[in-house]
Amino acid sequence: MNISRWLSLGMIAGLSFYLVIASPAPAYAMHIMEGFLPLKWAVFWWIVFLPCFWLGFRSLNRIVKEQPELKLLLALAGAFTFVLSALKLPSVTGSCSHPTGTGLGTILFGPWVMSVLGALVLLFQALLLAHGGLTTLGANAVSMAVVGPLVAYGVYWLVLKTTHKQKVAIFLAAALADLATYGVTSLQLALAFPAPVGGVLASFLKFGGIFMITQIPLALSEGLLTVLVWNWLEAYSPDELRMLNLLNLGSISPVTTKDA
Amino acid sequence: MKNQPSWTNWILVLGVISLAIVPLVVAKGAEFSGADGQAEAAINEIHPDYETWFNPIFEPASGEIESLLFATQAGIGAGIIGYVIGWYRGRKETGTDATPSPVKNKNPH
Repeated sequence: MNISRWLSLGMIAGLSFYLVIASPAPAYAMHIMEGFLPLKWAVFWWIVFLPCFWLGFRSLNRIVKEQPELKLLLALAGAFTFVLSALKLPSVTGSCSHPTGTGLGTILFGPWVMSVLGALVLLFQALLLAHGGLTTLGANAVSMAVVGPLVAYGVYWLVLKTTHKQKVAIFLAAALADLATYGVTSLQLALAFPAPVGGVLASFLKFGGIFMITQIPLALSEGLLTVLVWNWLEAYSPDELRMLNLLNLGSISPVTTKDA
Repeated sequence: MKNQPSWTNWILVLGVISLAIVPLVVAKGAEFSGADGQAEAAINEIHPDYETWFNPIFEPASGEIESLLFATQAGIGAGIIGYVIGWYRGRKETGTDATPSPVKNKNPH
């Protein structure tokens, strides 16, 4: 017990130390700002987003109708994104960015629900905080509320099936969804603003390189926070997790399972 | 074995805190700016002639107001999370188990 505890602490310390090595460089935007996508791209991403929003809306409706007792858990998933995307955290690159918090809701409710919840968060930030924007909402929603969750969903099931370690799967799903979101943002900016020399690829490397390095520690934080909330859910609302068939999946130590 | 989750949770919290503190130490001289302005610069660098064609409908009057609104956002979210987890915990401890329908009145007040 004690040894494994020190091992975990050591791992965290080692990880932090590793992050120290990344050299400081300026970072760019979090969401794409209002008016910063040319009209045709703004429209394009809105068109991509709308069907996903519809799928999410349907999925949300079905949950509320068929399992109304899960409403509280839905609120929790929405609130988690709400908090995390308000946390502007410092990064090793010497600038700030924020996590996305879409992994938790995706693992709980599937890949589409977050397209609605994430879009609501983006709308709030666009209207009240001048952070992101209405014209760029489609693009930002595709990166944060659609692609991020899809990545989370894929990673979660892939890791769960191969390693049978649910916590590891949750950590990786949340962290990689976070990174993927910023990868898509970089791509969106690169497509809209290809470099005069080197084109889209050069732009992507420029935006992406800076985005992703800034985001690495935040993605790790997001993974840890998601597992933290998951631990609480496991401890206090096993009924809900059981309803969603999410309890004790691939749990390795039967001692800790408290299934009825 | 029983309090294993609680110490794992502390380690998770510790990890998040150190991930937030480490950058402050490492990148000591940095500005830790909110980056929106820098993105503008990056785009201008690639496409100097690009002009924004739409402006935010509402902009917070100052950095202070903006951070107030961000704090409000975080506060609302954290409040909901605390409420939901607390509700679940209360339900579990008062033993209103099985199907999670609205609380049966088992609290003392």
